Amino acid sequence: MASAYTPGLKIVGKARFEKDRKLPMRGTVHVKKGERVTAETVVASTHLPGNVFPMNVANILGCEPKEIIEFMVKKVGDRVKKGEIIAETPGLWGFFKNRVESCIVGSLENISTVTGQVILREPPIPIEVHGYVDGEVADVYAEEGIRVATYGAFIQGIFGIGPEVVAPLKMVARDPADVLDAKDISPEHKGKIIVGGSLVTAPALARAIELGVKGVIAGGYDAFDLKEFLGYDLGVAITGNEDKGVTLVVTEGFGKIAMAKKTFDLLKASEGRKTSINGATQIRAGVIRPEVVIPIEGLKDQDVSKSSSMGMTVGTLLRIIRQPKFGSVAKVVSLPEKPAHIDTEAKVRIVEIEILNTGEKLNLPRANVEIIEE
Amino acid sequence: MTDLAMTNLAKKCLGKKFLAKKALTRKVNPVDIEKIESILATDCGSTTTKAILIEKRDGEFRLIVRGEAPTTVEAPVEDVTKGVLNAVSEVQELVGRQILTDDGSDIIKPRQGNKGVDFYVSTSSAGGGLQMMVAGVVKTMSGESAARAALGAGAIVMDVMATNDGRLPHQKIQRIRHLRPDMILLSGGVDGGTTSHVAELAEIISAASPKARLGIGYELPVLFAGNKDAAGLVKERLQGKVALDFTDNLRPTLERENLMPARLKIQELFLEHVMSHAPGYPHLMKLTDVDIMPTPGAVGDIMQLISRRKGITVVGVDIGGATTDIFSVFQGIYNKSVSANYGMSYSISNVFAEAGMENIMRWVPFAVDERDLRNRVKNKMIRPTTIPSLLEELVVEQACAREALRLSFDQHRSLAVGLKGIQQERSIGDVFEQTMTGQTLVNLKDLNMLIGSGGVLSHAPRRQQSAMMMIDSFLPEGVTQLTVDSIFMMPQLGVLAKVYEQAALSVFDKDCLIYLGTCISPTGVIKDGDVALEASVTMPDGAVVKEILKAGELKVVPLPVGQTARARLKPTYGMDMGNGDGVAIEVEVYGGVVGLIFDTRGRPLNLPKDDRERIKKLQSWNAALDMYPKL
Repeated sequence: MASAYTPGLKIVGKARFEKDRKLPMRGTVHVKKGERVTAETVVASTHLPGNVFPMNVANILGCEPKEIIEFMVKKVGDRVKKGEIIAETPGLWGFFKNRVESCIVGSLENISTVTGQVILREPPIPIEVHGYVDGEVADVYAEEGIRVATYGAFIQGIFGIGPEVVAPLKMVARDPADVLDAKDISPEHKGKIIVGGSLVTAPALARAIELGVKGVIAGGYDAFDLKEFLGYDLGVAITGNEDKGVTLVVTEGFGKIAMAKKTFDLLKASEGRKTSINGATQIRAGVIRPEVVIPIEGLKDQDVSKSSSMGMTVGTLLRIIRQPKFGSVAKVVSLPEKPAHIDTEAKVRIVEIEILNTGEKLNLPRANVEIIEE
Repeated sequence: MTDLAMTNLAKKCLGKKFLAKKALTRKVNPVDIEKIESILATDCGSTTTKAILIEKRDGEFRLIVRGEAPTTVEAPVEDVTKGVLNAVSEVQELVGRQILTDDGSDIIKPRQGNKGVDFYVSTSSAGGGLQMMVAGVVKTMSGESAARAALGAGAIVMDVMATNDGRLPHQKIQRIRHLRPDMILLSGGVDGGTTSHVAELAEIISAASPKARLGIGYELPVLFAGNKDAAGLVKERLQGKVALDFTDNLRPTLERENLMPARLKIQELFLEHVMSHAPGYPHLMKLTDVDIMPTPGAVGDIMQLISRRKGITVVGVDIGGATTDIFSVFQGIYNKSVSANYGMSYSISNVFAEAGMENIMRWVPFAVDERDLRNRVKNKMIRPTTIPSLLEELVVEQACAREALRLSFDQHRSLAVGLKGIQQERSIGDVFEQTMTGQTLVNLKDLNMLIGSGGVLSHAPRRQQSAMMMIDSFLPEGVTQLTVDSIFMMPQLGVLAKVYEQAALSVFDKDCLIYLGTCISPTGVIKDGDVALEASVTMPDGAVVKEILKAGELKVVPLPVGQTARARLKPTYGMDMGNGDGVAIEVEVYGGVVGLIFDTRGRPLNLPKDDRERIKKLQSWNAALDMYPKL
């Protein structure tokens, strides 16, 4: 039987979800393998070296770089306060001294007699890594972090913005085709992750931020609104660090596209549950997609859907991911072996599909469909 | 060990017969080159791994088949070898004989009868390629030289840091921390020159204590290629904090660049540090017979080889999904630029943002709603493997390609420059025409061959589309031969040429390049409709084709692949074919699948401002070249 490799985004009702929670540099891991953690548990922590501030002491004192060592009041490793004298010339009979004061609170890290530069470093910056989801510690990476695991629903989005947030899930849209507008968002949504249908409008996102909504999940978002929202035209899809006051997960793409029914139904069934979402997206080497994780208490390994076939065969459910019929859900009718010409005259491997809600049949490039993974 | 010492050692161990040219790579498995009849070559790209099989048939090396598979450097597989073996598996299916071992985990080498291959080589740009920061004392001198060294080695240059770049030390430190490069090249100071500025740069790197993107266990390589007198100071400041290495000064005097030692050392460190941390690479490195090369480095090598062997000036472009690399050889000087965020899928949205909607739309012969267009571009960015299946979408993508190529070529021109800050000897003849130092080396009137590669050029449904994308973006001047890489196999041929030049060149000439034809384009701007050029072309059969070309026109005269004609080209006053205003030239012109393309639209090319006029013009040009089925 003909088949093809076309992996798609994961939309799974019962899955085992695992994620590394690692520090950016070596530190302390606070939990043990097998231990239960919540999304808020601090699982590892460390201190990042503080910011450094070079000061050209030789220039300030008006001496040769090699001479500064004679004038240093503080030595390497000494703690310094802001405004404290770190170097001083003897002056003339105790007068007319030139002084250099520390511009920060921290420590003196380096004195260079070649460049005349002194490097001051601010105190270390504490960094904490949280559990992100309610679950258990599946593995511990000594001095680095852990791998957290949980059972529950797992949905991969296509694009997102904003960092990790954890909050209860609240349906706002009644139908996957509904547009989420400002009027649909009310104070009761404060502190929640809300779900729209085919589109979240710019005023809706602004209203969500105003009311303290933590996250928004929707089928589509307009690229023009994204530009206005971010304040710049996003050139490369590397996101996650935006500090806009809300995290957005788009499940289908740019424009008004009804949320896949399966995604919508899964979210609807999970309403009220504690949900972890992350808008971080990186679409280049090391692909990262935004995600929605909804842990379900009591779910076990044997309940998990095991099928993760990335092969496409007759009957496989697909989503069309490019014009024409972008966003439609279809099933595979046949997979012709030989490449065929499409409208552009390009000769490509194609798939014959049938759109589910209209019954319309089409030939499309295999590159323009993705499997809806069960 | 120096390269010369390595070469000598290799010769001693393997015998003279082995090495076709100087051994530039460290690892060379002992194979008698004259017994090689079957070669497997792969290129691991960011999204696709391409495998080609080259075999000796009737005494010459030819491309036999090509297979491909998704690159598997990412989760869930996280082992690049898997993608390589999948691509090779497709090759073995297509060629109908066994290349992989029974369990599919290895390549059978050497060939045993009808099984396996004699030699295996590979290039790679998977995992984002090699991302570097470079530093020099003066931005336009050692800074630029360092950037050229890194780019020539196949790296993406994330930032050029210099003592005089206008940033404060703490801003430079923040920048290093933020970028997290794979490697840093530190240069600066001519030999015997400044040491304190070099020490300052080393102090900044030391203070930043950069963390590489490849994880906690990765020790960041820092290569020093500056003033030899500063080596001790650099060592004092960086030893023990980074993986410090040294090579010859890349700017030993103001008048001389010495980039090759730094380039070779970067490639060596790339293998030792970057590759060995990428998923699956240690295994792949064991499979190959010579060191894995960064893809752009290999493409650059084959371009230089072609330029040298044919004695021509070359501009080559590889437009990928994420980046666009441009290579040029003018006056015997090789230059390469990587435009890290201009590409046709991952970076298409950046092309749109940088070029602007107006510049993209000037190539589109129909109206498009802005919101709709923005959504389409962003959807391509987030689903980069999709292809246009509607004609209108193809036209829009090819419009984006023109702008990606134009922007990348602009960057290349500003990088491919002569050395700045050097003393020039001037004669009395220079009194009226004094040129500055550091002018671009790229002179389109001297360009002999333009080579295009990358999906949008290699796989355009009609070859006329590839030709016009290159003409519209590079705007060649005078007489320029146009070619495209048929299936993008230049990386594999580049690495193969390191050890078996003859095989690589044979395949390059016969199977790699598709000759599109010759573009004939006078420079200058005159009134539309006025006569711009009179051409008289003597065809191989002796027939003479006479053409009178008007300003604002495109016209094609068929001349098949492999045929050469003699052309007399007389521009009108106000137009120039390279010998001066209105001066006729006589040249050889080369045929191709498109033919001779007379482009008398003028240089610079100005498109009508009025939308209706512009669309009419585009439609007439498209019709002249039979570019698209009816739009």
